[in-house]
Amino acid sequence: MNDPGYWSIFLNAALVNNFVLAYFLGICPFFGVSAKLETAVRMSGAVSFVMLVASVCAFGINLVLEAINAPYLRIISYILVISSTVQLVEMLMRKLSPPTFRALGIFLPLITTNCAIFGLALFQTNKGYGFVQAIVYALGAGAGFALALVLMAGVREKLDLADVPEIFRGTAAALVVAGVLSMGFMGFAGLGR
Amino acid sequence: MALKQVSSTDEFIKGLWRDNPVFIQVLGMCPALAVSNTAINALAMGAATTFVLVMAGLSVSLLRNFIPREARIVSYICIIATFVTCVDYAIMAISIELHRALGAFIALIVVNCLILGRAEAFASKNKPGRAMLDGLGMGVGFTAALFFIGVVREVLGSGTLFGVDLFADGFQTWTVMVLPSGGFFAMAIWLLLVNWIRQRQAEAEKQAGERAREATS
Repeated sequence: MNDPGYWSIFLNAALVNNFVLAYFLGICPFFGVSAKLETAVRMSGAVSFVMLVASVCAFGINLVLEAINAPYLRIISYILVISSTVQLVEMLMRKLSPPTFRALGIFLPLITTNCAIFGLALFQTNKGYGFVQAIVYALGAGAGFALALVLMAGVREKLDLADVPEIFRGTAAALVVAGVLSMGFMGFAGLGR
Repeated sequence: MALKQVSSTDEFIKGLWRDNPVFIQVLGMCPALAVSNTAINALAMGAATTFVLVMAGLSVSLLRNFIPREARIVSYICIIATFVTCVDYAIMAISIELHRALGAFIALIVVNCLILGRAEAFASKNKPGRAMLDGLGMGVGFTAALFFIGVVREVLGSGTLFGVDLFADGFQTWTVMVLPSGGFFAMAIWLLLVNWIRQRQAEAEKQAGERAREATS
């Protein structure tokens, strides 16, 4: 159990312990941009990408922090390095590949301090994943986030057409939808472990 | 900002109801849902967040004339992360069990949008005393919201309150309320209640206004 396979790490992060629906990470973008399917798809692309970057960064920082024996700097250094790296990547992307930038760019600054990104970095450190394991974990978390967001957006697009009582509109209805989705995801419990 | 000078008590009170961070502004949802499975966890999380809110409010407000505009967000994040680290280690020292129950969510206070939001919107423009009051009000409002969600989930989900059994043996616990989806449902129920009360208030005000107009005409 100490060294789970890559596939089980991926499944675990994407389905069983889905970041949004089981850990409640990244709830703000989850409700914020899940009103339309297209933005939801772009947003999840951007989040998955940043997760990958953050995972690599966190792995590097953790090595340095352990070498100098300063775990109390973890929170502050993670958040600073992750957000500045994302800024750097954003600039690079604008220079090298304008179409990708146009598709994902506007979301990048929004998600640098997203709890899902930061949570990912912390969890992978707590679990003591190696480099490849950490990358697989990040990919799984990104896929899970994308899945939850796209499903949610699909439901909410339909919900717009429904006749919902006035006090139920907006966040309250979205919360109930999320609750039902989360119940559905509980069906995956036991997979991949 | 309000045109007239708002009183200090109002600075505190507004976080409790009118601008309640969780129910009205819908900020800081991640911890509100994640660690509200029991009332104790909810209170501990609320207290930790309140501490960070007050201290970050104070520091940002004291430093507001030194921090350059361009680097303000980074500076705020540094300040917040410092206090969160303090809280993290303090909780670990006080109760290792509690630390385990809250897990990574103590560290995740850093990315609670509520704190950065208050630092940016309020503390960076106001005097230290006021910033602290605002932080305290928001913190108490946040704690109260978490506590209410936590009570619903604990009573229905495990049939206990603060670990004390409430019901006779016949009570069938609603396991779903302890699970993640219960967080969404409990929050939705409270949100509905808050919306309903606000709607009634708005209608009552409108009717009162109409009556006053009729009386004058």
